[in-house]
Amino acid sequence: MLNKKKRRDADEVPGAGMADIAFLLLVFFLVVTTIDVDTGIGMQLPPPPDDEEPPPIRERNIMNILVNAQGQILINEDPVSLQEVQDRVIEFVDNHGENPELSESPQQAVVSIMTDRNTRYDDYIDMLDEVMGAYKELRDAMAREMGEDSYEAYSERVPQDENVIREEIPQNISLAEPDPGN
Amino acid sequence: MSKFKKKAANTKQAVPTSAMPDIIFMLLIFFMVVTVLREVELLVRVNKTEARNIERIEQRRLISYIWIGPEILGAGQFGDTRVQIDDALVEDFGNIRQVMYDKITEEPRLIVSLRVDEESEMGIVSDVQEELRHAGTYRINYSTLEDL
Repeated sequence: MLNKKKRRDADEVPGAGMADIAFLLLVFFLVVTTIDVDTGIGMQLPPPPDDEEPPPIRERNIMNILVNAQGQILINEDPVSLQEVQDRVIEFVDNHGENPELSESPQQAVVSIMTDRNTRYDDYIDMLDEVMGAYKELRDAMAREMGEDSYEAYSERVPQDENVIREEIPQNISLAEPDPGN
Repeated sequence: MSKFKKKAANTKQAVPTSAMPDIIFMLLIFFMVVTVLREVELLVRVNKTEARNIERIEQRRLISYIWIGPEILGAGQFGDTRVQIDDALVEDFGNIRQVMYDKITEEPRLIVSLRVDEESEMGIVSDVQEELRHAGTYRINYSTLEDL
């Protein structure tokens, strides 16, 4: 009787500590893990300039935004505050030929961004953020007209080459080479 | 009567814990897969700036990073603004073109994430962008934090 009991004890692998070991490893990985999703402002750079002349763009279809080294913003030579940028861009892109000084259509509208060589990066990003906000607003408005919740929801549903809103309101942002300054 | 009583007393009161290690292991494996140990040591300081209208990059594998910021000299000192790709500082800007060209031939859908210190100046950023244009890596992303 005693003998039998002893043998049964020896047969079992001690599994009680396993959970502890697993917990320890789990805690280690929990601490080490950084699930940092990369967020940022996406942009498309233009291909390098070639010898061909770029197609001429009419003056009214270009909006020149300049950010200088002090972080001041000029839109078509006209000083504006950071808060005004978004409205100005919306007005410019969504003009549809009404105002003869603003763009003819959203497809033709180009926002040209220029900085000084010693403009601070965060001033540039703040301004770019406003421009992106303007486009987002316009695209959201169009998506709502089509009965969608937002542009984001729309673009997730529709395949990329059938995205009508993107076609209608393209983000034509041109990055001009910075002014060497003094 | 007594038989019935005995049966009821026999049922275990404790929560069965035999499956616990399995559950823990499952969690463990999940975190092991998700974890990305920091594979590069930053040689420049990058305090990211904030923006509101940002997008997420879902495909992490497509991302290649370029860091731009003041060089870390140790003891809380910072040097001039430098560019770091992978684990080395860039000495000659012409090299960026070659390095990025090699990367885009390997992965044509490459997205270059620019992680730029907020105090950097645009000159160096646009020099890097100029090299990227020549390398053919047109898709970039200005890495920012979310401004709430």
